[in-house]
Amino acid sequence: MKIDILGTGCAKCKALFEVAKEALAKSGKFAEINKIEDIVEIMSYGVTSTPALVIDGEVKMSGRVPSVDEVVEIISA
Amino acid sequence: MFDWWEKIVDGLVYGAWGLDPKSALGGAIHFFIYDTIKIFILLLGIIFLVSFLRSYFNTEKVRRYLQGKSEFTGNILAALFGIITPFCSCSAIPLFLGFMQARIPIGITFSFLISAPLNNEIAIAMLFGLFGWKIAAIYIGFGLLVAILGGYSIGKIKGVEKYVLIPITPLKGELKDMMTKQPFKQKIKEAWAYTVDIFKKIYLYVMIGVGVGALIHGYIPTELVSKYAGGDAWYAVPIAVLMGVPMYSNAAGVMPLVEVLSEKGMLLGSALSFMMAVTALSLPEAMILKKILHMRLIVTFFGIVTFGILLVGYIFNFIFGGN
Repeated sequence: MKIDILGTGCAKCKALFEVAKEALAKSGKFAEINKIEDIVEIMSYGVTSTPALVIDGEVKMSGRVPSVDEVVEIISA
Repeated sequence: MFDWWEKIVDGLVYGAWGLDPKSALGGAIHFFIYDTIKIFILLLGIIFLVSFLRSYFNTEKVRRYLQGKSEFTGNILAALFGIITPFCSCSAIPLFLGFMQARIPIGITFSFLISAPLNNEIAIAMLFGLFGWKIAAIYIGFGLLVAILGGYSIGKIKGVEKYVLIPITPLKGELKDMMTKQPFKQKIKEAWAYTVDIFKKIYLYVMIGVGVGALIHGYIPTELVSKYAGGDAWYAVPIAVLMGVPMYSNAAGVMPLVEVLSEKGMLLGSALSFMMAVTALSLPEAMILKKILHMRLIVTFFGIVTFGILLVGYIFNFIFGGN
């Protein structure tokens, strides 16, 4: 599994990165987490608001910072 | 709507504490307690309602609705979406580029970008609490008008696309909704968490704003205020706008002052212009957009919005000027 966090470096983007790390640890799964900060690359995912959570190339949510449990659920699904 | 609360504060300040309603101290303390709690109730209520409704919208959805809409209709829809859609200036770039990807005309994108911060839930809640629903509605109405016409005018500038500094390849085909669905309970929980979050950030500013307002209310004579902040002098509106620009982050603390100033003779148009300048002319947003837009377009954007706000101020001062 591959988790990407899209965001140009705003406070919320950092918050989502931390939430994702915590959720991954809690889920007990193994995955690679990346931050994508290049705006052109972010745009290629088709989002219009950041931060966004991408799992295996698929956008799962954007524009808000979810709770750890919500991300655990998405990872485990 | 808050008569019950006024009676309680009357009983407390003038009854139990025995302060004289006509004295400056009594007036100021009554004003502070009454206004602070009233605004707190409205802030919590309105922010919760808006953030709950919001969970049904996101900017990706807005983009889908706006795709392929004709100009003007698109400007109107974009401005309306700006009321309800979550938006923070940190998302200005992906929003702007994302709309371009969907081949939405720049003018329509600007209508959204003007409307979203102007019609934010904190400003609306504060206006509702301080001035009543009529002024809040007038503010929203004229805010929409500025957004629609401002965006439309920007869209009419020849070759406006070349001021966007980042090359954008349009997305192919139809856009699809890609978000995961949230259960109702989760939406409520999250809306409440968000509300508490925002409240924690602004309650102190509200108290300071109302506190200073209470002092002005109790101790500073009306003549003094109307001599400097009020009146129908031609420069009252531009000065109000200029003063509003640097106050972006403190809208919640500034608005109680405007209430007191208008109560003491500042004209409604000047007050409206001031509040619109506080919310719509955001320097942080301009700095962020500078990364992808040519300075000339940003200046034009600010210029057109400023012009619209000034116009609203003058129209109101002219109609309701009184003297």
